[in-house]
Amino acid sequence: MHKEYLMGNEAMGLAALAAGVRVVAGYPGTPSTEVLETIARHNEAKRIHVEWSTNEKAGLEVAAGAALSGARALVTMKQVGLNVATDPLMSLAYIGVKGGMVVLVADDPGPISSQTEQDTRHFASYAKLPCFNPSGVAESYEMLQEAFAFSEKYSTPVLFNPTTRVDHGYATISVKDEEEYYICQPEGFRRDPSKWVIFPRLSYQAHLKLEKRNAGLTQVLSAYPRNEVLPGGGDSRRGIATHGISFAYTREVLAEQGEKAPRALKVATPFPFPEELAVSFLQGLEEVLCIEELDPVIERELTYICGKYHLPVKIRGKLTGDVRQAGENTRDSVAADIAAFMGWEVPTERELPAPPLQIQRPPVLCAGCPHRASFYAVKVAMQGQKCVFCGDIGCYTLGNAMPLDMVDTCLCMGAGVNMAQGIGAVTPGVKCFAFVGDSTFFAAALTGAVNGVYNQADLTLVILDNSTTAMTGHQPHPGTGRTMMGAQVEPVSITAALQGLGVKHVVTLDPLNLQAAVAAVRETAALPGVKAIIFKSPCIALEKPRGMAAVDGEKCIGCKKCIRSIGCPALTAAGGKVAIDPAQCTGCGLCTGLCPTGAISVTEGGR
Amino acid sequence: MQKNILLTGVGGQGTVLASKLLAAAALSKGYEVTSAETIGMAQKGGSVFSHLRVGEGLASPMIPKGGADLLLAFEPAEAVRMLGYLKPEGHLVVNSAPVQPVTAALSGIGYTGQEMLDYLRAHSPRLTIVDGRQAAAKLTPKALNVVMLGAALACGALDFLSREDMLAAIRSKVKPQYVAINEQALDHAAGQ
Repeated sequence: MHKEYLMGNEAMGLAALAAGVRVVAGYPGTPSTEVLETIARHNEAKRIHVEWSTNEKAGLEVAAGAALSGARALVTMKQVGLNVATDPLMSLAYIGVKGGMVVLVADDPGPISSQTEQDTRHFASYAKLPCFNPSGVAESYEMLQEAFAFSEKYSTPVLFNPTTRVDHGYATISVKDEEEYYICQPEGFRRDPSKWVIFPRLSYQAHLKLEKRNAGLTQVLSAYPRNEVLPGGGDSRRGIATHGISFAYTREVLAEQGEKAPRALKVATPFPFPEELAVSFLQGLEEVLCIEELDPVIERELTYICGKYHLPVKIRGKLTGDVRQAGENTRDSVAADIAAFMGWEVPTERELPAPPLQIQRPPVLCAGCPHRASFYAVKVAMQGQKCVFCGDIGCYTLGNAMPLDMVDTCLCMGAGVNMAQGIGAVTPGVKCFAFVGDSTFFAAALTGAVNGVYNQADLTLVILDNSTTAMTGHQPHPGTGRTMMGAQVEPVSITAALQGLGVKHVVTLDPLNLQAAVAAVRETAALPGVKAIIFKSPCIALEKPRGMAAVDGEKCIGCKKCIRSIGCPALTAAGGKVAIDPAQCTGCGLCTGLCPTGAISVTEGGR
Repeated sequence: MQKNILLTGVGGQGTVLASKLLAAAALSKGYEVTSAETIGMAQKGGSVFSHLRVGEGLASPMIPKGGADLLLAFEPAEAVRMLGYLKPEGHLVVNSAPVQPVTAALSGIGYTGQEMLDYLRAHSPRLTIVDGRQAAAKLTPKALNVVMLGAALACGALDFLSREDMLAAIRSKVKPQYVAINEQALDHAAGQ
């Protein structure tokens, strides 16, 4: 063993290595991404198959195949990714696995970078799968290894469910040296259709077995040391029940109270719920406060247990209005919730007067981002025409910000191209556009394009191809040809894919060439059926800046047309004139053509 | 010894690397460190923070309000936003150069940063103002994070670390060709 300062996701990646994982698949998604990246970084010997799959469903199926063949396998994703992977997961729960298989799903309370605040702990009970919920970086390292062993012991995939503050928290923890790693030697796939081919009769029998197993696991998991009751020393009538990072906050708040601290229950396996342990926690209490993020899972379980065992304990939390129902918990919110419940003095915040200005800072497309040019080209080309612009998931969702204001819908990965078809079907005289990034195109928009071609939709598909998965930190995808095994393979062509799906008109150009881009949009949008424009220009975060723009103060008349048109964060207003922020400008030149007096110019290079 | 350090700024300013350098320096001295930072959408020009806690037995990676010994703010409005986290007697080190959000440029509310600095002067007794614009002109805008760390060292807010500890951390985390400029950046505030 040795000590390392690690991000939670790095710790979980190293834990998978220590557990002898042989196949790792996933799709990038905040806050889960760095787990798979860590494993790829530690795979010099190429003993482990590591891949970014085209989407979560593909990744889960790859991992399932490996686990059926006796290998330990890991698949990683964010919470909304599990929605995509639900189909194989629900069935795999019935079939089971041979090698240990962990489905790591990172939840995002807040949400900080997601569409929903869905709670994977519910998914566990819905899919009837055991779920592990770590409370910190050090515990995530140990627990993930335990999850692999548990999965193998019970021949079932298991869910592993950290949240943002565990994924992206850092701590110094003890980790194993390579010599201490478990070695998994899979025998490879062995044919057994009675086991691996799902069929109604098999499913009926499997369903009975699953229910029986899970009922028995409540006892097994009550003895799992990470489900625990902290005895407390003070108030014997009240208790706190919590989980995950909220447990870390709670422990710190209770430690400050010393002897006064009440009894506390930490739930590390929300499903199957450690029922026997919970009963022992509830004995003799009058009231319990449940401190949870996302949904009131523990609160409902405890309420159910109180009914089942006739325990006269009042269970409080989100359902009773004692804890707010949405958003992430903080050290401060937990301290305030506990104080209010215990009748302690609620900690007061330092009183500060209101700030002189309210500065809002919504996220925006980076200075020099080619997506800005793409959106602006479409906006200019379609001016005066009735249009609907369907957006999608990625950096380019930020095309919604003023002044671009070019995103009318955003739902989930790949939804835009299909929604455009539905909107077009009932909105007469409208030109429908669907914007989708290159990684999202491969992950979730291929079927939408086919759907449009087959069902005779009229829409312009705009592929924003920056040759990376930018929002999650620049992961490769099929269109880049770089794999997580370090190989450069032949990239999958978006043009050829679209043509193969029956899209007859596909044009590719650089959006930073504004005039040509505007002309191409006009021409393409006028054609019937499904047609596509690929705006291809690399992500600015991966490129050397082209140069730097400068504003000629003599010529600038302070009209701010440049800012009002494209809203580039490198364009600032100061003293009645426009100025360039040298820390941000990349010299893309998009602003130069907008100035009515020609005051903006770009000097190439020189940085 | 226990120190709570909160770094705040705008996505793209380099707060994450500054936090990593501080953590590396503290770790090299044998201190335990826990931290948490903003990763995700806010990194695209939104408000970002890093909570960094140095010392024994800390369960939570997040600092409670009123618990920070040092607020290292890369931008004046972000300093104001996070001021409630600073202990009343805590150190505030702030870059005076504002990052104007597009919304402010569009609405013309006339955000200059001065109004925020006046507010900070009135409400934080241990205030150090760093002229980030001048430092950027002299060095490079990319060196702002290390200029800020140097200023925190110079004002005594990082008394558990020495200049040499920080320099060693820079050497361990930064590409060799950028070490010299970062060393200049580290000493920039002390030379003012």
